[in-house]
Amino acid sequence: MALLSYTVRRLLMLIPVLLGMSLIVFAIIHAIPGDPALTILGEKASPKALEELRQQLGLYNPWYVQYFDYLSDIVRGDLGHSLHTKAPIAEEILPYLAATAELTLVSMLFAVLIGVNAGIISAWKQNSWFDYMSMLIALIGVSMPVFWLGLMEQWVFAQELQWLPSVGRDNPRDPVVPITHLYIIDAMLAGRWDQLRDVLEHLILPGIALGTIPMAIIARITRSSMLEVMRSDYIRTARAKGLGQFFVVYKHALKNAFIPILTIIGVQTGLLIGGAILTETIFGWPGVGRYIYTAIGNRDYPVIQSGILVIATIFVLINLLVDLLYAYVDPRIRYR
Amino acid sequence: MKKRLMTSVLAGMLALSMALAGCTGSQETQAPPNAAEGGQTAQEPVTDAGSSGPKQLIYGRGADTKTLDPIRETDGETFRVTENIYETLVTYKETSTEIIPGLAESWTISDDGLTYTFKLRQGVKFHDGTDFNAEAVVFNFERWMDKNNPYHDEEGYPYYNDMFGGYKGDETHVIESVKAIDSHTLEFKLNRTLAPFLANLGMSPFAIASPKAIEAGTLAEHPVGTGPFKFESWNRNDSITLVKNTEYWDSGYPKLDKVVFKVIPENASRLTALVNGEIDLMDGLNPEDVPNVESNPDLQLYKRPPMNVGYLAFNTEKKPFDNPKVRQAIGHAINKQELIDAFYAGLGIPAVNPLPPSLWGHNDSVKDREFNLEKAKQLLTEAGYPDGFKAEFWTMPVPRPYMPDGKKIAEAIQQNLKEIGIETEIVTMEWATYLEKTRKGEYEMCLLGWNGDNGDPDNFLYTLLDKNTIDGNNIPRYASEEAHQLLLRAQTVTNLEERDNLYKQAQEVIFEDAPMIPLVHATPPLAGKANVLNYLPHPKGTETLRNVDLK
Repeated sequence: MALLSYTVRRLLMLIPVLLGMSLIVFAIIHAIPGDPALTILGEKASPKALEELRQQLGLYNPWYVQYFDYLSDIVRGDLGHSLHTKAPIAEEILPYLAATAELTLVSMLFAVLIGVNAGIISAWKQNSWFDYMSMLIALIGVSMPVFWLGLMEQWVFAQELQWLPSVGRDNPRDPVVPITHLYIIDAMLAGRWDQLRDVLEHLILPGIALGTIPMAIIARITRSSMLEVMRSDYIRTARAKGLGQFFVVYKHALKNAFIPILTIIGVQTGLLIGGAILTETIFGWPGVGRYIYTAIGNRDYPVIQSGILVIATIFVLINLLVDLLYAYVDPRIRYR
Repeated sequence: MKKRLMTSVLAGMLALSMALAGCTGSQETQAPPNAAEGGQTAQEPVTDAGSSGPKQLIYGRGADTKTLDPIRETDGETFRVTENIYETLVTYKETSTEIIPGLAESWTISDDGLTYTFKLRQGVKFHDGTDFNAEAVVFNFERWMDKNNPYHDEEGYPYYNDMFGGYKGDETHVIESVKAIDSHTLEFKLNRTLAPFLANLGMSPFAIASPKAIEAGTLAEHPVGTGPFKFESWNRNDSITLVKNTEYWDSGYPKLDKVVFKVIPENASRLTALVNGEIDLMDGLNPEDVPNVESNPDLQLYKRPPMNVGYLAFNTEKKPFDNPKVRQAIGHAINKQELIDAFYAGLGIPAVNPLPPSLWGHNDSVKDREFNLEKAKQLLTEAGYPDGFKAEFWTMPVPRPYMPDGKKIAEAIQQNLKEIGIETEIVTMEWATYLEKTRKGEYEMCLLGWNGDNGDPDNFLYTLLDKNTIDGNNIPRYASEEAHQLLLRAQTVTNLEERDNLYKQAQEVIFEDAPMIPLVHATPPLAGKANVLNYLPHPKGTETLRNVDLK
């Protein structure tokens, strides 16, 4: 019950956050110099056509009228139309989001499994060779430029060893038929296990490239958080009671150490959603980062505006999810 | 309890390592990727039913198509695809810009150069089964030229506007009328003679689409033409798939069953994908990777014949660049061959004129300014700048075929200019802004270039340097009346010899005035698998794959 009311409270708090966000995005786009009508119609447009379009776009209305028009469109699920493809953005963006979601999920799975376990073992066996090695690797991981790592992976595993495909989401000679645009699911829906393997193979290199930095960060946070908890009284008590080391570490200590780890996992996941442009570029991954990046090159303002808004919303939602998970992991939080 | 936790943690780690190792391991025993297609059909007869080993070609490229309605677009990545789906009335030879019949079998031009009559090919069908005939061509032209046509896009059509002088009703519009004489005879009446009229008609944007598809308004996503390949699917920013048009009018073509255009933004990743057999052909090879391709027996190297120019432009409206002597001085201070060796991997020729020498009309008798810093200094002194001056030097942020690394090329030129006392500050910005600002003349010196569209000298000399194209592609804002008269005359006479002569004269005037220093005509390198046959890169930058086959 308490969890439910906490959830409702948090959901209500989302409203001002989302409103503020939409206002910021609106302001940024409107701060860009240049006449939107001129951008849409091109420099050779006649003054009459420009005038008509300005009227049609409502550019002569005061900014707050324009903002509320924009807001009411969003509320109705209308994210506008791309200037280039003329397609509704709300539809167009879905395949890109699915591609990004799939990659993000795999990267975070990799980052969390390796990062959390490495961090725990490092803290447990503090100052052991494992601790030194994994923290050295984590340090390298944090400072590794993603594009360099990606190119090296391609060079070693695709070009030299030819073990793994270097680009794309599927085999272009036997493409997955998109249904949900999550290719793992699409391949399974089609019952094509060979394609599923294909899709998984395509996820490995970009997944590792994208997951390395979060993995390193998670490992470091986990280690320091664990070390702190392990020094506390109740752990000493647990040990004194004669509980096994493993049980103490993974059950008692981890649960209390998990809040900062969860926070960093949430933040990192959010970052990957919008911040995977480099990985997406190197691996030819048709994700949402590149969608927006291409739109910037094309001056496709509606796409830039709505794309940023969608990513920001996802970021906020992930943080909400993390907050709810806190409450689940640590019952004290919801009575705050 | 303890045991269960232990097991679950271990299981988790094990699952991951197995997922990783398992996938890599299984790949080893699998057929190599380029043979995967054959293996695939064997394993899964359901999806590839009826085709025993279809010939598929995967073409890797840097960016996606904008829309599949070519009249709306100007970019090569759109035309690279649409040229396979649609055809034009006339077209070009495989590796030159000489005009040959396309959808029109033959044509006659009246003596006054104002009436063009085309005989259209018989028995051609659009991919939707409707007939290709003179009415269909008229339908397309009406859509393009008449702003009141219900299918005319309000944004307009940049290439139509540029090549045919605006739209119906505009003072400068070239086409007075286009009508169907009978089902396969088409007549154009022109308001004024336009020498490059035929060459323009061959350009990719002027592709004839099915009137039925135009009416449906779905051309941008579901193109319907008469070409050798039919559209199948498009995953945006990823791939476009075309399949063989089995009803194609030129029987025996195309050779391939399926073509996939795959977007791989990074040049280096694209080469990796080629080496790994994920793709068969690629555009945009880094010049420094040329030796790797040449030494790999599985690959072949292609060089696209040049129809481009990379140049250094001066803003002739701003001091000190309004002085021709200053511009000529800088012309003497640039070592073009050195730039080509250093930044184009030797793949290019030094440019003397804006027009590439492979095009007719090129003036071979213009001799380039020698690289001579003494001479340059002397000219600067004559111009009244014995101690040089300071200037901003703008350079492009993105690689183009004619300018693979704008920043480094600018730095190399900067070094030479320093030696004659000109201190430059290199400035760069985002590409769209760069184009806009250079067009508006907000710069002092800048690097830019041009890829030809139709192989007519008009498309270089008029487009880049006529005073009518200031605020457009005339970046130097060069307003010479003498050049203007020559270029306009060359547009109106239809006699090829006379035009050739006029363009040669114009190049002499331009060379003397030096509003820009043409730097290089690049021959962009491409790479493909050794088993790709009959692929011939066209100078205009894109080409149909109808003749391409796989060994």
